[in-house]
Amino acid sequence: MAFLNGITLLLAYQLIGEVAVRLMDLPIPGPVLGMMMLFITLLIRGYAPESISAASSALLSHLSLLFVPAGVGMMVHFDRIASEWLPITLALFFSTLITMVATAGIMQLTSRWFAPKSLQADGSRDGEDSDRGSRHE
Amino acid sequence: MNEPVITDIWVYLSASPLLGLTITLLAYGLAYRLYLQANSSPFANPVLVSVAMLILLLMVTGTRYSEYFEGARFVHFLLGPATVALAVPLYEQLARLKALWLPVTISLICGVVIAAGSSIGLAWLLGGSTEIQMSLAPKSATAPVAMGISETIGGIPSLTAVLVVITGITGAVTGTRLFELMRISDDSVKGIAIGVAAHGIGTARAFQVSNQMGAFSGLAMALSAFATALIVPWLVDLTGI
Repeated sequence: MAFLNGITLLLAYQLIGEVAVRLMDLPIPGPVLGMMMLFITLLIRGYAPESISAASSALLSHLSLLFVPAGVGMMVHFDRIASEWLPITLALFFSTLITMVATAGIMQLTSRWFAPKSLQADGSRDGEDSDRGSRHE
Repeated sequence: MNEPVITDIWVYLSASPLLGLTITLLAYGLAYRLYLQANSSPFANPVLVSVAMLILLLMVTGTRYSEYFEGARFVHFLLGPATVALAVPLYEQLARLKALWLPVTISLICGVVIAAGSSIGLAWLLGGSTEIQMSLAPKSATAPVAMGISETIGGIPSLTAVLVVITGITGAVTGTRLFELMRISDDSVKGIAIGVAAHGIGTARAFQVSNQMGAFSGLAMALSAFATALIVPWLVDLTGI
């Protein structure tokens, strides 16, 4: 029952998000607004109810499955991709790498500048699976 | 005698959503098992493998994508509630998030601009058409957002959906290795980077590394969806394409 309640709540937040986006003509998708609203709700309540956590971890544990149908859509675009395969593949590949490297670099630098003390304290207290060495120096 | 029966069954199955849905789950189940067998090697990425298997199967049987999608859309639909569900891991990382809000904000904005700018720029340098450049621009945002943006800036939404998935796979396959090369061990840094560049598929990969990396990746994915929607159309206007 917990799972059912949880999934119902997730759908309700998505629905509210979709409606709000359309009513207010916002440039973001409904589920993203729904996520923000759920996050704010959890902040106000001060804890995540069992039903919501159960449904959330069930959905997120196989998040990549949900992208499969869109990926199969590639077969519809084979011709277009084939006709411009070079710019598509190279731009996509290198842009993705550049984005990851640059974002990681910027995040690394700025977290050292702005929050080194509190992060280290926080990290050593509940650092379960991260913090392999480098942060303890 | 036998043949018409089989054709009848096929006619029934191809008209019903049951087949598309079942083969999606079967293919993913198989791909996931292969992935575990390969010691969770990112190269055996389950999305990559199951997409390849399904395309092959549809082509061999001469099934159209639209027929397949009749069933597969039930899986596709769950992207919505899954996006909402990201609020939970995010909430669980609240303490870290509070400590890191400024670096996270700066990295996110820079990351979104770099993702869009570098894909437009590289595609343009390599002689890609404007349509392709615009379809690539929002590729690092999660699928529904990217498709909406693609449409407003003159790309092809359904092509963008495909590019989004390939981008996600690229990020998931290369990410952990790349961070190793960069000697980054902080899971919040890795999570932000993979979430900005490779949205939900990167986030799925991040959750396999650790909950913290997954939560930050989910956060980066959600916030960069916002940021991409606000920044990319404006960036395209600015460059005057």
